[in-house]
Amino acid sequence: MEQIRVALAGNPNCGKTTVFNNITGAKQHVGNYPGVTVEKKEGRTKFDGHELLFIDLPGTYSLTARSLDELVARDVIINDNPDVIVNVLDASNLERNLYLAAQLIELEKPIVIALNMSDVSEDMGFKYNTELLSKLTGATIVHTVGRNNVGTEALLGATIDAAKANKAPNVIVPYGDILEPKIVELQEEIEKVSTITYPARWVAIKLLEKDADVQGKIMRLENTGAVLEKAKAIREELKDQVDLDVVFQEYRHRFAVDVFNTITVELPTTTETRSDRYDKILTHRIWGLPIFMIVMWLLFNFVNTVGAIPQGWIEDGFTALQEWVVTVIPEGQLQSLVSDGIIAGVGAVLSFVPLILLLFLGISFLEDTGYMARAAFVIDRVMRACGLHGKSFIPLLLGFGCSVPSVMGARILDNYKDRMVTILITPFMSCSARLPVYTLIAGAFFAPEIAGTVVFAFYMAGIIFGIIFAKIFRKFLFAGEAEPFVMELPPYHLPTLKATLMHMYERGILYIKKAGTFILATSILIWFITTYPMDVQYSKDYDQLHEQVSQAYEVKDAQVLQQFGITTEEQKVVVNDIVDQMKSTVEDATAEAEENGEDVPEIEVEDDSEAPDLFADIKAQNEQLFPAAWGLYKNSVNMEDENGKIDEEQSSEKLEQSYAAMFGKAINPILEPLGFDWKIGVSLVAGLAAKEVVVSTLGTIYAVGGDTDHPEALTTYLQNDPHFTPLVALTLMLFVLIYPPCVAALAVIKRETGSWKWVGFMFMYENVFAWIACFVFYNIGRALGF
Amino acid sequence: MAIKKLKDMKVGETGTIVTLHGSGNVKHRLIDMGLVSGTKIQVVKFAPLGDPVEIKVKNFELALRTSEAGMIDVEVL
Repeated sequence: MEQIRVALAGNPNCGKTTVFNNITGAKQHVGNYPGVTVEKKEGRTKFDGHELLFIDLPGTYSLTARSLDELVARDVIINDNPDVIVNVLDASNLERNLYLAAQLIELEKPIVIALNMSDVSEDMGFKYNTELLSKLTGATIVHTVGRNNVGTEALLGATIDAAKANKAPNVIVPYGDILEPKIVELQEEIEKVSTITYPARWVAIKLLEKDADVQGKIMRLENTGAVLEKAKAIREELKDQVDLDVVFQEYRHRFAVDVFNTITVELPTTTETRSDRYDKILTHRIWGLPIFMIVMWLLFNFVNTVGAIPQGWIEDGFTALQEWVVTVIPEGQLQSLVSDGIIAGVGAVLSFVPLILLLFLGISFLEDTGYMARAAFVIDRVMRACGLHGKSFIPLLLGFGCSVPSVMGARILDNYKDRMVTILITPFMSCSARLPVYTLIAGAFFAPEIAGTVVFAFYMAGIIFGIIFAKIFRKFLFAGEAEPFVMELPPYHLPTLKATLMHMYERGILYIKKAGTFILATSILIWFITTYPMDVQYSKDYDQLHEQVSQAYEVKDAQVLQQFGITTEEQKVVVNDIVDQMKSTVEDATAEAEENGEDVPEIEVEDDSEAPDLFADIKAQNEQLFPAAWGLYKNSVNMEDENGKIDEEQSSEKLEQSYAAMFGKAINPILEPLGFDWKIGVSLVAGLAAKEVVVSTLGTIYAVGGDTDHPEALTTYLQNDPHFTPLVALTLMLFVLIYPPCVAALAVIKRETGSWKWVGFMFMYENVFAWIACFVFYNIGRALGF
Repeated sequence: MAIKKLKDMKVGETGTIVTLHGSGNVKHRLIDMGLVSGTKIQVVKFAPLGDPVEIKVKNFELALRTSEAGMIDVEVL
């Protein structure tokens, strides 16, 4: 027999994923079902000389056409024609799990039932007659304990046997005296039509149930007019006798209840489980909310604060790599491409990996323990007021750290509409990369006492925008019938390390593969437009300026040496040596201060400045030559300073002629009504790479240098720039708050929504709203006289 | 023996579902989760903010918003 194709079906929380992992190990492939955002997981394994392909269907409670997940699961079974269905049932929750089994039986494929969590159900006190279960469901029964990898081989063996025997379950779900004759009547009509290849009884039931998807499928086939007519007539006939809307579901439940009652030999005697006791505390009326807050605080810090540490290592590593590359590749276009384009881009991609791994470690833990559903339970009332689901809280909270894990975290929401609305408003939660922009601007224009309040106000504004847009999107983009909030609260479990690690690994790889390429490409694009064209016409000869500076300082150095009577080469060597000692002392002190988060030592190097205490030791050792060395030291620092200023001026002029600046100037008419000039425009364009880049680009374009760690010069510049009024500053902050998040976030939005359409929509609506909000804000501000 | 709406039941009370009101998706979803007439349920607790409500049905726990719980009539035991 060639490859055996197996569909793995089961309820959410039945341990299906664990069983799937046990079967396939790491040999899994994650993709999407064509045209929809539902994830498709497949895995292969070999057993007993057979190759098996497992398709992990979305976990569902039912198989109706009313939810995308269910529709997808059903379509796989009826269209892809798997050889066997393996239905994982939670033995500790069998009655409800059998409801899905009832629907699988009707699809007339060989079924193997994995009675999972057998250990838990036994501990609880359940005892089943599995022979009877096999007889009543027509399936082969295998006991499994997914957590401990028990029963996996037996399950594979049974699956292969079922495939070989290729026998549909010889049982039916009965629908009672009124419905049964009618089902048979319609079934006979269906069997006459050769184009209908689906199980006839199932089609009959679905048509009587008025399943929109099956009706559509049958309508598209040839010669089905009579069948549809007949179905309609029977419905008409039955509608006064039974409630056709729900009667089929009720009979399926009755079947599940009957099977359960028949096979159950013993029921649990104790009513309160350990899980119930945990739950009493964790969702307690008074303690529930504080516990929720603490768990959320821990999750947030786990992802963002702990994640920032390896993220810092990765960034430092790539910075070091850039520095190394600069020494290996000669200065020029190639060096710039490799160092500032490729290495910076790859660094940007990989720097998010720690956050993503920790996020999925945290989410896995919360989901597997069962607390995730409780968290949603506790906070749902609040989120619902915003038109969201209780579970939306988690991705939105994570958004204050970084939009990338936040968007990826939205997948905990089972419902498509809830997930989409959450993803679309996530960027309003100010991510940590926006904080340096806020603090820079607020720090420059507002007194220290109120700067913090101003920043806080922007965070709050973001939340308010998020709520408003959630309501708008809910109303206009994702209208239609509301999805009810009915959520299972699964029993608390201790998660397994293996499942958690596999989940992390899978998400990490997916991120790198699917989002990484896009982030890399756009990082290189943004590098390109801010770096090119290379051969700009400068207004000054900067090389000559550098030359003039070095000549001037050669003269100054000579004067110093003469002043202190140093003439011999030997003395000069010693003096230069002392200067080097001073420099390394300062470097060490600076590095130490930065590490401890203290103020970096500042050394006055005016003509009449005295040597600082920092050099006391050096001075004591070289009493005689120290004054000369101190003079040279001051010269060298001043020279570096002047050269630095020339470089900054040159970079500014270069950036001014770059494609990004051309773009900034081209969109100037759009930005002018907001009080922005083209320089701000360039910074905003560059800020798409990452929000903190706004700060460093402003630094470059104003020729003062600096980045988020050293913004002092930029602060001073902004304060003195007459164009940069506090109103313009606030408007810029508002724009940074609203306009699209970085390309990394856009890349994961593509990945999670499955379409460029949504990325395009996001990009447009945020830019347009940012413009409108800033326009209104700026003009009201001006009208009020600011 | 009184018939109450599920949302008006007190913590700890048990009862049997009598009728399910409403229509469409919401109703079908509730039925899919096992909330059909004749099913026994118990109110376990309300969330700290008073909504949703947690019930025990068929040996598992289910959370419903009170808006949905208002659609279910229960004969309280």
